[in-house]
Amino acid sequence: MTTTAPFPAPAKTVAEPAIVEAEHIGKVFHRDSFEVVALEDVSLTIARGDFVALMGPSGSGKTTLLNMIAAVDRPTSGTMRVMGQDIYRLNDREAARWRNEKIGYIFQTFNLIPVLTAAENVELPLLLSRLSKSERREHVETALRLVGLQDRMGHLPKQLSGGQEQRVAIARAIVSDPAILLADEPTGDLDRQSAAEVLEIMTRLNQEFRKTVVMVTHDAHAAGYAHVTRHLEKGHLQA
Amino acid sequence: MAIPITYNLRHLRQRPGATAMTAVGIALTVAIALFILALLGGLRQAFARSGQPLNVLVLRKGSTAEVTSTVTEQQAALLRTLPGIAKNAAGQPMVSPELVVVVSLPQRNGAGPNNVTVRGLGRIGRQLRPQVHLVKGRWFHAGQREVDVSQSVARRYRHAQVGGSIRFGQGQWRVVGIFAAGNTAPSSEIWGDVHQMQGDFQRQGVFSSVLLQAASPVEASALVRRVSSDQQLELHGIHEQAYYAQQTQSGAPIELVGWVVALIMAIGSCFAAMNTMYAAVAYREREIGTLRMLGFSRPSILGCFVLESLMLAVLGWALAVVAMLPLNGLTTGTMNNATFSEVVFQIKMTPTVLGWALAFALLMGLIGGLAPAWQAARREIVSALRA
Ligand SMILES: Nc1ncnc2c1ncn2[C@@H]1O[C@H](COP(=O)(O)OP(=O)(O)OP(=O)(O)O)[C@@H](O)[C@H]1O
Ligand SMILES: [Mg+2]
Repeated sequence: MTTTAPFPAPAKTVAEPAIVEAEHIGKVFHRDSFEVVALEDVSLTIARGDFVALMGPSGSGKTTLLNMIAAVDRPTSGTMRVMGQDIYRLNDREAARWRNEKIGYIFQTFNLIPVLTAAENVELPLLLSRLSKSERREHVETALRLVGLQDRMGHLPKQLSGGQEQRVAIARAIVSDPAILLADEPTGDLDRQSAAEVLEIMTRLNQEFRKTVVMVTHDAHAAGYAHVTRHLEKGHLQA
Repeated sequence: MAIPITYNLRHLRQRPGATAMTAVGIALTVAIALFILALLGGLRQAFARSGQPLNVLVLRKGSTAEVTSTVTEQQAALLRTLPGIAKNAAGQPMVSPELVVVVSLPQRNGAGPNNVTVRGLGRIGRQLRPQVHLVKGRWFHAGQREVDVSQSVARRYRHAQVGGSIRFGQGQWRVVGIFAAGNTAPSSEIWGDVHQMQGDFQRQGVFSSVLLQAASPVEASALVRRVSSDQQLELHGIHEQAYYAQQTQSGAPIELVGWVVALIMAIGSCFAAMNTMYAAVAYREREIGTLRMLGFSRPSILGCFVLESLMLAVLGWALAVVAMLPLNGLTTGTMNNATFSEVVFQIKMTPTVLGWALAFALLMGLIGGLAPAWQAARREIVSALRA
């Protein structure tokens, strides 16, 4: 985060270059003898600096689509360019490195490492960088300050509330200054107050820090924070 | 940089029961390995230090031990003339024909009689073994029924004290001195005049072996070759150090049984470690998925879990070392199969022994940890996160 200067909110009228270009993405899971079609012919373009809400009923393929953008899963068909990179051409190691640098992922269940403190959790992605220990510490502090938890550095996840845990998870997602934030129902496990805080932070990250945000949500109120809302229905992206 | 070690340390502490059980499982096996290694180390030291680098031992062709070897006076005289033999200050060749017999002596503590090696030798024989020195009394005189006993013989056998007399061969022998030999082979022996011994054991004109000292290491090897290749002599030469190293074979039975037990236990310990690590991997599926999502590669996940297993192994090793340390320096005896006499040696937890035990523990940790770690690394991110 420290390297990114705060920008003013982007004017929505300015045409931004596409950061995610999904073309005819299809995904079929094979479970035992039958097939589950999770995504079918999904084409989607997301502009840099956009804030997209992805809605749809359970099992409609939202998480699957998010995973496609994060290059943790491969489609059965179709292509995906993220920041100009054909991400399915990356091998395992390259994909890991790419995720580390370009993608921040926020889970519904926070997924903090329970044995590591807030600061240690946030530091994890930086361990893969070339930063020195003191530089890492600086970045960790900045990220935690941004989510308002600079005074909880030494706390273990179990010593934090759900809302605080999710904010630590957001700090972890942004600490290596990725261009894209992917959030899978980030407020799904939170009370209204905590959810509002998280959504405020996401908005700020989008507006002030120009992060492209793709957020899966069930909640229409949460989706209201986004610029665009897209609906998935049984693997099909609604127009 | 990899996943930090604190991650593993805290997880190990997180489940103290499983960690302790696994570590103890490894510790038991390592303790056995430590014991064998320390035992063999002491034994090897007792034998290997016994040999002087320039000394060459000559035995009858086909004999592997002094007690079963015979060398005639004529052969001994011939050996004396070989080139490359060192001379002492008085200009005498450093050649010692010796007679070695095994006798049975009553032990002090009332336990039954035990076999002890008796060596007949001359003044040169003592000069060939500079590690041996007198601690009490004096050396035996030639032509007298006198002997010197080693410290351990003095400690363990009845009447083996200066002024006392012990009975073997044709009768009583006066003990006139006690010698120390460090932890080397003579430290289990009784020494007397070689000619007196020949008479007593009706071995006139016959020795068991001849010990030579070469003038240089090169000449020592030349002497070994020369003696062994001479068809007429019907003798064979061996570096004294090599000879005593061979005698360590007498530890072979304990060694074999010990290693078989250790191996069986090691398999158990590997499975214990494997079980623990499989449980850890299953329990931490989501964490694995998360770490991968953050950009950690499959190899770093593999390394992380292997490391954790190795940490368990190191913990087990440390427990074993602490448990076994009281045995360090303990003196014990074993039968030398070649001489049918007892060899005294110390159980020594040397850094080398501890190092090998650590290697053994790490190997168990590695074997136990590899399969679970592999499974963790192979897991697809998506399915790990859905767990
Ligand atoms: N790894 C997998 N193996 C088999 N089937 C899967 C797998 N992942 C997803 N699916 C199936 O694909 C479909 C889409 O799943 P996905 O998780 O993307 O839905 P979702 O929209 O995120 O639902 P939810 O709102 O419940 O999280 C579902 O029918 C699901 O059962
Ligand atoms: Mg989902």
